[in-house]
Amino acid sequence: MNKNGNYDVIIIGGGVIGCMLARYLSRYTLDILLIEKESDIGSVTSAANTAIVHPGYDAISGSLKAKLNVAANPMWDNLAGELQFAFQRHGDYVVAIGEDELARLDMLLQRGKQNGVPGMQIVSADVMRSREPNINPAVSGAIWATSGGICDPFGVTIAAAENAVLNGVTILRETVFEDFIWNEKRIVGIKTNRGIFTCRRAINAAGLFADAIMHKAGVRPDFKITPRKGEYFVLDRTDFTVNNVLFPVPSDISKGILVTTTVHGNTIIGPNAQNIEDKENKENTKSGMDEVFEGAKKLVPNINPRHVIAVFAGLRAGGNAACQTPGIGYSHDFIVEIPTEVQGLVNLGGIESPGLTAAPAIAQYVVELLKDAGEKLQEKKNWNPVRPARPQFRHLTHEECDALIKKDARYGRVVCRCENVTEGEIVAEIHSPIPALTYDAIKRRTWLGTGRCQGGFDMPRVTEILARELGVSQLEISKKNGASKFLCRPTKEDGGAQ
Amino acid sequence: MDMNLQNQQIICVACPKGCRLNIQRDGDQVLVSNQGCKRGVEYANGEMKDPRRMVATTVRIQGGRHPLLPVYTATPFPKARIKDLLASLRSVQVQAPVKEGQVILENALDTGIPILASRDM
Amino acid sequence: MMIRKCDIAVIGSGPGGLAAAIAAKKNGAKQVLLIERDREPGGILLQCIHNGFGVEIFKKDLPGPAYAQHFINEAQEVGVNFLLDTMILEITKDKRIFASNKTEGMLEIQAKAVILAMGCRERTRAQVRLPGARPAGVYTAGTAQRWVNVEGFMPGKKIVILGSGDIGMIMARRLTFEGAKVERVLEIMPYLSGLMRNYVQCLQDFDIPLQMQHTVKRIIGNERVEAIETVAVDNRWQEVPGSEEVIPCDTLLLSVGLVPENELSRQVGIHLDPLTAGPFVDNYFQTETKGFFAAGNVVHVYDLVDWVTGAGLRAGESAALYTNNKLQMNNKKIAIQHGQNVHHVIPQFLDIDSLSAREEQLQMRVTKPLEQPVKVQVTDGKEVIASKALPYARPGEMVTISLKDKHIDLLKKAEQLVVQIAEREE
Repeated sequence: MNKNGNYDVIIIGGGVIGCMLARYLSRYTLDILLIEKESDIGSVTSAANTAIVHPGYDAISGSLKAKLNVAANPMWDNLAGELQFAFQRHGDYVVAIGEDELARLDMLLQRGKQNGVPGMQIVSADVMRSREPNINPAVSGAIWATSGGICDPFGVTIAAAENAVLNGVTILRETVFEDFIWNEKRIVGIKTNRGIFTCRRAINAAGLFADAIMHKAGVRPDFKITPRKGEYFVLDRTDFTVNNVLFPVPSDISKGILVTTTVHGNTIIGPNAQNIEDKENKENTKSGMDEVFEGAKKLVPNINPRHVIAVFAGLRAGGNAACQTPGIGYSHDFIVEIPTEVQGLVNLGGIESPGLTAAPAIAQYVVELLKDAGEKLQEKKNWNPVRPARPQFRHLTHEECDALIKKDARYGRVVCRCENVTEGEIVAEIHSPIPALTYDAIKRRTWLGTGRCQGGFDMPRVTEILARELGVSQLEISKKNGASKFLCRPTKEDGGAQ
Repeated sequence: MDMNLQNQQIICVACPKGCRLNIQRDGDQVLVSNQGCKRGVEYANGEMKDPRRMVATTVRIQGGRHPLLPVYTATPFPKARIKDLLASLRSVQVQAPVKEGQVILENALDTGIPILASRDM
Repeated sequence: MMIRKCDIAVIGSGPGGLAAAIAAKKNGAKQVLLIERDREPGGILLQCIHNGFGVEIFKKDLPGPAYAQHFINEAQEVGVNFLLDTMILEITKDKRIFASNKTEGMLEIQAKAVILAMGCRERTRAQVRLPGARPAGVYTAGTAQRWVNVEGFMPGKKIVILGSGDIGMIMARRLTFEGAKVERVLEIMPYLSGLMRNYVQCLQDFDIPLQMQHTVKRIIGNERVEAIETVAVDNRWQEVPGSEEVIPCDTLLLSVGLVPENELSRQVGIHLDPLTAGPFVDNYFQTETKGFFAAGNVVHVYDLVDWVTGAGLRAGESAALYTNNKLQMNNKKIAIQHGQNVHHVIPQFLDIDSLSAREEQLQMRVTKPLEQPVKVQVTDGKEVIASKALPYARPGEMVTISLKDKHIDLLKKAEQLVVQIAEREE
């Protein structure tokens, strides 16, 4: 912690939005602190979503969502190059099943044109069948939006955060915002469980909790985040795969349940959409599974529950903010603003889908808002836009693997048998700019434990490595935080059979 | 176990077949039927008069590859005293190297049954 | 990159791989390389510290590590080369094996024959799609077994076990021995999925309740397991409304089935049987890809290690013959199909001529418990060629029947063989 807790800017929330903001703002001569309440950055909504970089035809024309989505989409190639995360742009498809759905494609195509989405075209049922042999034979046509892409959303978040750290940003995890500190109507700091930090500006990037933060600031008292839970199922790539990103024709309320390939090669299906109140509820349910499979089978009928290797659920931070553009009756828009009723606050909220896609444009937009608000942003001379990725054994050639092991023998020991993640990679993550301190943190960074055995093989080995590198007992090692320890006591100690 | 019960059925564990033995008791006499082989008769007699089980557990080891050494009873151990045996083995610690079959404890709980190492370490 | 050459490469040093390597060496293979990903040989037996191994082969009731030790010692005596702490990343059809370890870096191993002995892996929570939260404290029984028996740590204090597989029941006893409270074992089927004797010795002896036709409805607890909600199911696995019960606990262990581990086989392009998830093999345990043999749980999941050793011995012998060009390759092989009450049969192909030299055993799993006298029959689709009577047949226990030289004439006339299990009047 630097500057005795005094910063220019404090970002509240370390999801993809907070981390991207940190990265974009690290370009300027500002002292920046990012706080995250969880044990790791990017571990909530940013770690559990559909992982798609959207073209922008879905968002209501005239909304801030549409504007920032379409602005952000072309930024991703450069961003992926600088931050060195997994990103592929092969377009996405909205697939009409049966003649009745064809008319909806025209509507989407028109909306895409209105939003300024480039590269959209209608493809025939035959073309769709040839590009995706598993598609429902009743396909009647599809939109192919060439600017669609897929990414590793946690990979994006950690890359942005590391780049921010390399450029001087301080990140504190397990740091919970409690209240603002005021000087009359100006925010001059925040109170947290780890003490007080001062700042000139605080940025609300709290995702699911953005409503609570803005209410503490006395802004938008009617704003409410309603978590919308979505369940997902990951299919084993050795059993079943699709080649593309396949959306159903959307309904009025949802983009629907999609079937999509991922940058890891596994196919995922989901999400359903269930509005809930509990912001911690990420449970999978039987009814959710039935709903997701039914939806997915509409696009790809031979999807089989037997091919599932992992399940997860994510919460979208759905808001109720009215669109600011006159004449557009839309009440779930993004909020990205510098409110006038208080000073020192940059307020974000309702950043649900396409929030991941829009993240770089949101960050850029905040920079512009700050400039407009009179912030004198001076570029650092030595700002480095590049975050170097660490070697991933499974993506290297045999010769590259050999050279890596010769340099560091720990890369020779494969710890995760399904995804071929090595001890070297685990150790590197434990000692990285934002150290991985839990099993899940290592899993998200290396993709270990995500394969067919779901960690059954690697778990005892990873807890051993974590304990050794952190200099603690294996009993201290946890799945996600201090309350989620794996083990309870040594086998031979008190409490044995009497 | 209800000792007044004259007829009962037990599952033989002498081998993986799991034969369901019918047992009739007449004083000290144990009559066995439905056994797959003669080991069933031995098992039933033992089970009625002196039930025993093989016991396998671990003890602490110093200087070994792992912190625990697997061990087992050389012969089946009185069932009623298994918990005592486990408790007494909790305080045992051995020093590597150890060979498979090596006696770790010569006379467990004065039963005359030795405890053996299950592997080299 | 370092290059090593050998006659036979054996993948995995569990009971199947150890037996295969020993038999290969004894049958004339010169260089036999046994490749193991762990730091010591023995495979899963090293954590199976319970007794019950070797009853068939040694006529002794040994713990897993002692059973393994016997074969580790023998492999060393006959001159098998061990390559430990080495993970195989890729195998090609022309038998080049790419592997990595800490001391040699990347290795290319060139073999004349390959014996696949990777064993099996446990089905996971996701594969049985258990609903609820995803806290710490949900482990496969095998992972917990490694922690308790090898690494020296207890995974929890109050435990619920889903699945009456052998590892699940054995872990119930093991955790009880070490002072944990096993609240319950749940089994979704109306019958035991493991061996009856494990039920007696592991659950009944220690008063651990077993609930048939019950499963996990919901895992409760965001950070660590706090409770498990259970539910009864009917004969069609549908939940029985109102039967829910919440059991406070800190750990859920899963013993919900084993699957042959064939990722490397798939990579080679070896033809796999969807019924077993293992390779199609003939009676030599040769796969449909020339020079690739397979033995043990990688072919189908056994209930007894002794059978795995037997399969390994045969695969090793066959591979040695293959490398010396002595294995009958061109004989006509007859396909073996599974019939009534039979889930699958190993081997799937039989070289009938081999029966003149030895009898061949067919191994099978029944589809459901048949708790009455049955007969196992090998037919040509109509006529019975061989038959064997059994007092019962259960899914937890492998059923076998042998074909002998006296069957050759009938077998030669058959287009295919069908193995079935029929009920029998006593």
